[in-house]
Parts: sequence; structure tokens; C-alpha cells
Amino acid sequence: MENNIIETSQIKYTAKDFSSGIDVKWCPGCGDYSILAQVQRTSPDFGKKKEDIVWISGIGCSSRFPYYMNTYGIHGIHGRAAAVATGVKLANPDLQVWVATGDGDSLSIGGNHFIHACRRNIDIKILLFNNRIYGLTKGQYSPTSEKGKITKSSPYGTVDFPFNAIKVATGSGATFVARSLDRDPKHLQEMIMRASRHKGLAFIEIYQNCPIFNDGAFSVLTEKETRADNVLYLEHGKPMVFGANQDKGIKLDGLNPVVIDLNDGKHSIDDCWVHDENDPNPTRVFLMARFTDIENFPTPVGVFRRYDKPTYDSDYHEQIKNVISKKGTGTYEKLMFGKGSWEVK
Amino acid sequence: MSKLVQVVEDVTVRFAGDSGDGMQLTGTQFTDTTALAGNDLSTLPDFPAEIRAPAGSLSGVSGFQLHFSSSDIQTPGDAPDVLVAMNPAALKVNLKDLKPNATIIVNTNTFELKNLKLAKYDSNPLEDGSLSKYNVIPIPLTLLTMNTLEKVNLSVKDKEKCKNFFALGLMYWMYNRPIQVTEKWLETKFRNKPEVLEANQMVLKAGYYYGETTEIFTTRYEVKPAKLPAGRYKNISGNEAIALGFITASLKSGAQLFLGSYPITPASEILQELSKYKDYGVITFQAEDEIAGICAAIGASFSGKLAITSTSGPGLSLKMEAAGLAVITELPLVIVDVQRGGPSTGLPTKTEQADLFQAIYGRHGEAPLVVMAAQSPADCFCMSIEAARIAIKYMTPVILLSDGYLAFGSEPMKVPAFEDLPDIHVEYRTDPEGFYPYLRNENLVRPWAIPGTPGLEHRIGGLEKKDIYGNISYEPENHEIMVRNRKQKIQNVQNDIPELEIDGDGDDELLVLSWGSTYGAIKEGIRKARMQGANVSHAHLKFLNPFPKNLEDVLNRFKKVMIPELNTGQLAFIIKGMFMKDIVQFNKVQGQPFKVQEVANKILEVLGGSNGK
Repeated sequence: MENNIIETSQIKYTAKDFSSGIDVKWCPGCGDYSILAQVQRTSPDFGKKKEDIVWISGIGCSSRFPYYMNTYGIHGIHGRAAAVATGVKLANPDLQVWVATGDGDSLSIGGNHFIHACRRNIDIKILLFNNRIYGLTKGQYSPTSEKGKITKSSPYGTVDFPFNAIKVATGSGATFVARSLDRDPKHLQEMIMRASRHKGLAFIEIYQNCPIFNDGAFSVLTEKETRADNVLYLEHGKPMVFGANQDKGIKLDGLNPVVIDLNDGKHSIDDCWVHDENDPNPTRVFLMARFTDIENFPTPVGVFRRYDKPTYDSDYHEQIKNVISKKGTGTYEKLMFGKGSWEVK
Repeated sequence: MSKLVQVVEDVTVRFAGDSGDGMQLTGTQFTDTTALAGNDLSTLPDFPAEIRAPAGSLSGVSGFQLHFSSSDIQTPGDAPDVLVAMNPAALKVNLKDLKPNATIIVNTNTFELKNLKLAKYDSNPLEDGSLSKYNVIPIPLTLLTMNTLEKVNLSVKDKEKCKNFFALGLMYWMYNRPIQVTEKWLETKFRNKPEVLEANQMVLKAGYYYGETTEIFTTRYEVKPAKLPAGRYKNISGNEAIALGFITASLKSGAQLFLGSYPITPASEILQELSKYKDYGVITFQAEDEIAGICAAIGASFSGKLAITSTSGPGLSLKMEAAGLAVITELPLVIVDVQRGGPSTGLPTKTEQADLFQAIYGRHGEAPLVVMAAQSPADCFCMSIEAARIAIKYMTPVILLSDGYLAFGSEPMKVPAFEDLPDIHVEYRTDPEGFYPYLRNENLVRPWAIPGTPGLEHRIGGLEKKDIYGNISYEPENHEIMVRNRKQKIQNVQNDIPELEIDGDGDDELLVLSWGSTYGAIKEGIRKARMQGANVSHAHLKFLNPFPKNLEDVLNRFKKVMIPELNTGQLAFIIKGMFMKDIVQFNKVQGQPFKVQEVANKILEVLGGSNGK
């Protein structure tokens, strides 16, 4: 089930139509610029009129995003973007509601709203800019910072374990879960487009470089020399193969993923795990999400999971419709003069 | 045997028992029947925060008080004339509140060693003469209930559960009330449990006939219908009135109602009640927490809905940051705070007026909003409509204060005609020509431009906005302009609210200035004091920010001003600070409302021997 695409053939938007025109004030070299550009490039193809798109954010570098989009938008308070977005969408399901948020915003202070939005499968799209650092407050560790990380608030290294955003979203019930990279514009555009077409909660974790406080956090995944050996592009129905020469694969040995050498004479592409993004069972999604926690495993990007489930907003409005068709539309007389009222003469 | 019927003007009855004895239900049934009998009435449920404290213990006692009358009344009554005590703990907890010579109906079956011990009685009060100044009517309620149900096929436990209906039946007989209202209610409630339905109806009747046939009762009482103004009436609790008030505001404005809320005592009934009204298009979003409740409401308000959020003290604290967002984004929003005893978890089921400071000053930065307070359960209805009207007209968050006393208390409300209620005019901006998100009208109100409207795409948010244009602005002068604009806008609401009225003579020495739910007790207390010759006037504030325009004038007309509050002096502090006026404080913080007598005594004390002459 994909969202109905309305006829916008009369309106030919370009990326520029989605720029609010105000000066963008992220640091030079920030990954957010690329994300903004990819969103503006894909927006004309969302199949939605500009006035029907709303961008909501919380607080943090990423959360300045709505100001740069020429759509409706609210720059909210720290962590609460998903809650504000839920209100907007539930109030008017015809709107396409997007959330721009960060690892601190949605996985720390706003963790509760994030998991419950996923649980309800409300039809909003969440782009989580994950730079594994608190940028706007100048360099403290975040809930996705790797253990042992030395930051301004952890001079001896962190002792807490990081969240894996894909696991959190999947475990909470998101019906579209994907990952992409700020420095892979084509791939990012594709993920954004697919999210926009998904009916239900769509979540994209975007690895985003913070050049000031966590520069190079993802360079191994984005630099030409290392990318191919460290990134696994997930494609539905395709075997999991990676490496500069497409010579490595992932084999599923029971519930144990193993990296195999396709040139060792013992393995072939037929041994590889074939990705099924529509698998209703989340078990394999968790196995894939774990790759980032295991040494020598590539980092998967792409759509981990996409499946159909009724959305909160459509079920809610369906319920209202049903009650009205049974009881009729309420009136003041029915409200106040019904059962339990009496007349004094 | 025919029994004497004695006509009395008003009666206060209190039902008390274990939390599991169904006292709230019994009280509510008696209330509904009494309302339909045409009496004026006022109720006060009083129950512990624990759902089922240990059976028989003092902490588990739950009570429901009902004051009904053939004349106009304002409070649930200071002291009960009749106490129905289902066990020793209920007797012990409530005895001190009773009128001298009050009637006490006790369930003697529970007065055995274990329960007496649980209630910390050293000897049986029914036998040791300690109740000699009361009219004690001992009845083996449990036994009579079990006997009635001897042949019914229910477990002993289920049978015993019916005993509150025996007490209720008996009270119906004593006060000459029909049992049909409750019979009907039982039919609906236990439609799918015919044995339970039959058992309860049998026990209800048995209680009624027990009064008639037994020799214990020589007299029954009659409270004639009150002479209420003609019209259609409805018995209503504060929480229910808030729910119906906002639905009415939605009907009046044409804006769909959206509630974002999280369950909390004593405000949950607003969420529960509103969730029933899907046929009015009401959207109730039970959020994951208090913050999400208000944030979703802010989102809905941005989308053009009549957005509200309901809570109590702890939730109000959590919502404060988001309330500030609603202030700076200038979106209409009503925050209903049903106050309870604080701080922290405090006294969840008890009443207090201690959130006034938080409502007015609770946000960081200069973040003014409108604060108003309901004065009675029925007034919650009108104040909700008023809160919605002001929120929309002035594009501002409004905090509407209620409290536990209003929330659970009930009274008959004369239902106003729809056309007599104030109009709520909603105007969504549609014209892109000359549109700026923060361009203000003559009241300093910005336009409401909602998503879906072509050409008006704009962004709002928590960062300071450039005057008129709404872009982010850190300019020093601009910040001052915006702070002052937001403040002045709230001040402008003064022009839209009624002036403060004085009940009394212009030359009285003392003014009693009250706010919120203490209205009824204070009004009756003043009436009482006047009967003893006190020259005292009364004024009641419904708007706390901004205050009515003439407040200072009113204050200056009196030599003495007394402010009674269920806190340690929050309104008094504000009035002192704003108007440099000496205030006589009268404060009570026991989780209980003022008693009429307390108010009257205090007035007489303040006036001294002269009674203000």
C-alpha cells in the first residue's frame, strides 16, 4: 500500500520552489547541507502540493531544517518533534508531515515520543540526522556515540553503550526503516522518495558528518578508497554482496550472519542471504542492524524493512466516520438535553 | 404501620465505607435520583488515592457527601446530618465531621474484633457509650443482604458486594425517593449479567422495604423540590462540564475539537468523557506522556483545530516548556489544570488552589498567557467556552484552573440555550496578499494561517521572531518589541472580560475577594456572617491574568480586604505586589474545601466587635 499520488501535473515544481530563501546557517562542510539539498531535489516528486507539506523539528543543528524549506513548518522544542508532528497529522491527515531530527533530539530527550510514534505507525516521515555528537551545544557525547568516545563531557571516554537507531525503530514498530549517508546523494534521494511514498511511519537514519565536533565519523563509509569494502547496499530480492570487486557476501548460518569470500572456491553467490524487505518477521532486521556492532562486517544502508500496517491517523478517522454513520452528527440538543436532564416548570 | 413524614429544608448525607464498598457509586446514584426529584444539590466525593487500600483500614475509607435542599445551595454542606458507615474505620474517620445529634446508620456486621482493631478501636463504639450523643441506628446490613440473596445463585463474595444497595434502598426510603432511577441504571449496567442485576435489584428493594417495615424507623423525611428557575436542568460534575463546554465551543466555532492528554487524577475524566463524543468529531489523543499531550495539541492548533490539553499539577509542570512554545508561536490553546494538593505527587485526590503561581508565572522567560478559574461545577461549562473564545480570538494559550473539588463535585446546571452562549469567531487567513505571520491586528493578534492554504507557507517556532515577518531574529531591539507585544496582547484581553462585580453595600468595611472553587463556601459564609450583623462585601475573580480592569478601584473602596485561599496566600501575594494593598489572608491547606462556618467565623473575627459598623 503506497500513498495515493495526487495529480500535480499542472504544478511543475523545481527544487528551488522548496527553498525558503533565507540564509542557511550550518557550519561550512556540514552534512546537513547535503540532506537539505536532497530533500529539496526530491520534494517536487512527492506528489504533494507545497501547501500540503509540513516540516516539524525539535532542537539541535538538524532542527533548523524547517526554516529552510518553503513549506509549512514548526521548529518546536527539544525532543518533541514527533509529538508535534503527530498532532499536525492527526488533526489533518491530508497533510504530508515530515520530521527533521537528530540523535540527541529523538534518541535521548525525545526518545519516548520517537518510540511511541513508531508504535502507533502514524503516517509521518522521520529523518534522523545521526552525527553521533551534540553539535549545537558544542561537542558532548550523544546516545549514539561509540563507547569510550572522548568528548567535552567525557574527557576519559564514555562508559555508556550507544543506541542502534535501526533496532530502536524496528523494535518500536516503524513500518519503513532505512539508512542512508549524507555523502551519497543519489542513494539518499532514493530513500527520501521511498519514504515519501510509504503509508505509515517511515524512518530514515542518515549518517551525517559534523565537521566541527565529530569530523570523519563516517569517512570509512563515504571515502572512495574504503567505501566499497565497508558499505553493504541493501536491495530487495538481491543477495547481500559487497566489496570493491563484489567479492564478499553475507551468508546466514542459522541465525548467525557470516562474511564469506566469494572467490575462495567454497562459496558462491547462491550462498548469500537474499534481502527481503517485506519480511513480516523483524528477526532478520535485527540481525542486519547488528552488523555495525560486529567487527569486519559492512554497514548496511538502504531499506531494512517495509511492510503494511494500518496507520494510526487513518484508523482514528475511520472510527470517527463509523460512529457518525451510526449515531449521526452530534448536536447541542443531543449533548445537553439527553438522558439525565429534566425540566423545571 | 404508617410512619411520620417530616418535611425538612435541607439535608447533608455522607456515605462512607471501604474503597471497595462502592460508596462513590452509591453516592452518585443517590445524587442522580435526588436531582431528578428537583432538589438543588451539591456533592463532595472524598476518596483515597489508593484504589483498594487494605480492607477495613483507616486509610482505605472512601466517602461521598451530598447536600440537597428545597432552596438554593452553594456547597456540599459543612457537617453531615446523616452518616452511613459501612465499617468501623468509616465511622472513626467521619465521626468528627458530624453535626451534634446526627444520625449514624452502621453496618453492625462489620463491628467485630478484626475490623475494630484495623480501625484502631480499643472497644466497640456501638457498645461502650461513646456514641451516646448521636442517633445511632445499628443494622446488620451484610446479614440482611445475604438473607435476601439466600436463594440466588451467586458466590458469597458477589452477594456481599450488593450490600451498598441495601444501604441505598434504605436511604431512598428515609428520604422518600423513588428507586426507579437506580433500577434503570442497574438494568443498563448489568445487561449482560442477569444474576448480578437481579441480586442488586432485590437488595435495593429489600433495603427500601426494611425502612418501611422495621420498627427502628419512626420517621421519614421529605425535602421538597427547590424552586429553581424554569428550564431544562442537568446534574453535572466539573470534569463533565469541562468536556461538554469544549464540545459546545467546538460547535460554536465550527473548529473541530482536539484534546491531547495523558491520564492523571483528578483530570482523567475530561479525557474519558471527551473520548465518547466521536459523533461530534472530537479527536482525543491519549499521548505517551504529558509533554506529548500538549505538543500534539500545539500541532493540532497549527493545523486549525480547537486544541486543548488537560492535566493536574504534576502534568502542568511537565507541560510548561511547551506552553512557552505556544506563547511564542502565538497559537490558540487551552490548558486545563485540575488542581490537586502538591507539591510533587502530593495529595492526588484532594483539592487545593496552589497552582496559581505556576499558572501565571511558571514559564521561563517573559511568557504571559491568560489565566482564568471556574467557580463551581456548572461554571466549568461556561468557563471552558470562554477559555476557547479567548484563546482563538487572541491567538494565545489560556490556562483554565479547576480543582479536585469542582472536578468530582456536582450540582444541577440550568442548561443555557445555544443561542445565548457567546459566539466564537474563527477566521483562518486565506489571502496571500500582504500576509506576514506576525503582522498584528488592532488587538495585537497575529493571523491564523493553517497548512493546506496555498501561498501562506510559513515557519513558526521557538526562536525569537522578527516583528511582522516572523523570520528568526536575534536583534536586541526586536526582542524587546516582541516581548512587549506579547505582554500587551494579553493585557488587551482586559477589554474583553466583564468588570468585577461587588455583592454588598458600597460602604462595607470589609471586602472578601475570592477566586476559583471557594466561591460557594465563601458566598454562604458571607450570608451567614451577615445574618449575624456583619457588614461585608464579596467579589469573586474569574480572571486572574489579566485581572478585570476595575480591580484596583474595587480594592480601594474598602478599608479591609480579606483573601481566602486554599494555599498559603498566592493571590494575596500578587494583589499586594500589584496594588500595594494590605491584605488579610485566610488560608487553609488541608486538601479540603472551606467550610461555610469557617468563613463566617473568620469574617466576624476580622471585623472584630464592631461587625464593620
